[in-house]
Amino acid sequence: MSGEASQPWVIGAVRRLGNAGMFLLQALSGMKCSFFHAGETMRQIYYIGVRSLIIIMMSGFFVGLVMTLQTYDTLNRFGAGDSVSTVLGLSLFKELGPVLTSILFAGRAGTAVAAEIGLMRATEQIDALDLMGIDPLERIVQPRLLAGMIAVPVLTLIFNFMALLGGVVFGIGIMAIDPITFWGNMQNSIGLWEDFGTGMLKAVAFGVIASWLAVYFGWTAKPTSEGVASATTSTVIATAISVLLLDFVLSALML
Amino acid sequence: MKSSNQVEIAAGIFLLLGIAALIFLAVQATDTSGIKSRETYAVNAYFTNIGGLKIRAPVAMAGVTIGRVDSIELDQETLEARVVMQIDTEYDDLPSDTSASVLTSGILGDQYVGLEPGGAPDALNDGDRILLTNSAVVLEQLIGRYLFNTEEEDE
Repeated sequence: MSGEASQPWVIGAVRRLGNAGMFLLQALSGMKCSFFHAGETMRQIYYIGVRSLIIIMMSGFFVGLVMTLQTYDTLNRFGAGDSVSTVLGLSLFKELGPVLTSILFAGRAGTAVAAEIGLMRATEQIDALDLMGIDPLERIVQPRLLAGMIAVPVLTLIFNFMALLGGVVFGIGIMAIDPITFWGNMQNSIGLWEDFGTGMLKAVAFGVIASWLAVYFGWTAKPTSEGVASATTSTVIATAISVLLLDFVLSALML
Repeated sequence: MKSSNQVEIAAGIFLLLGIAALIFLAVQATDTSGIKSRETYAVNAYFTNIGGLKIRAPVAMAGVTIGRVDSIELDQETLEARVVMQIDTEYDDLPSDTSASVLTSGILGDQYVGLEPGGAPDALNDGDRILLTNSAVVLEQLIGRYLFNTEEEDE
């Protein structure tokens, strides 16, 4: 990357984007369906997905709780407190669920993946694999990429479920909204495909972005402790910005 | 480091949890009536103005939803709105002189098609046209007409 200094800033950014895109294509095109890969991917799903469960569930629950609290208070002034479930469901399924999950995922799992791969690079484990004739892209990058792409939609579903639970606890439990009204309003206004389905589509897209950026920044990290640190930072920043940007684009397309 | 067996079981439970959440959310929190794909038959009606009627708006008789609006288009010849409704075959005995109106639920609610039964002995069939229709009441026109009338009275 020594030639980059003389290049204008824009060309450097475009080059880096192209580099990242080629990296993703390279990793995806070499995807193999073997027993080893399935096992390794499952293990990565454990490290990436299962270990993110606590933060996702806690955040989801409190997001649902506080959203219901705030919207119920406002809606009640207009005598529309019953439609709090509609607001909760729509904003959760379409926006908050996928976006918050992928940003939390970047913070919890994306950084871990980037640091792990970056350290493998720094301690020359990747070079060692290469020397042994094992493709490090296939052995290290692919299972993590695939596991992230699977974990984010699953975590989004769990986030949505927990947020709904928070809404139920506050709405039905504390504010004593009639459960039939609560669920009925929600069912009437949320389409399975138009709202829930498109939200899940977003989650899949964000999952690709979040895991791609994590493995990319880890892979291209400078083999120093400073390089690994900046790779984890870049992962969170780049994921948060691109997820929010992509969210706007996807929402505008699907509206 | 945990044994690989335990890790894989945990990952499997995680995926099952995701599937369970998916099923729960899809069934409990969304409108699944579109998925059940009930048997329906199509009936169309022409309105001079449909107001804010949208596709998938309910079609109700006596307040009970018996179908949904399937498509809305402008008829090029008559320049009226052609509304196609899909009505559940469960309700296949509607009189052929049933009338349709575009109504609003509540004052500011969504618009729907209300069917008013007639007295004819024969039933509406697939592809039939509802001849008697009442268009949507457009608030601006109503207010305009009211203002216009009172002005005339003053003169």
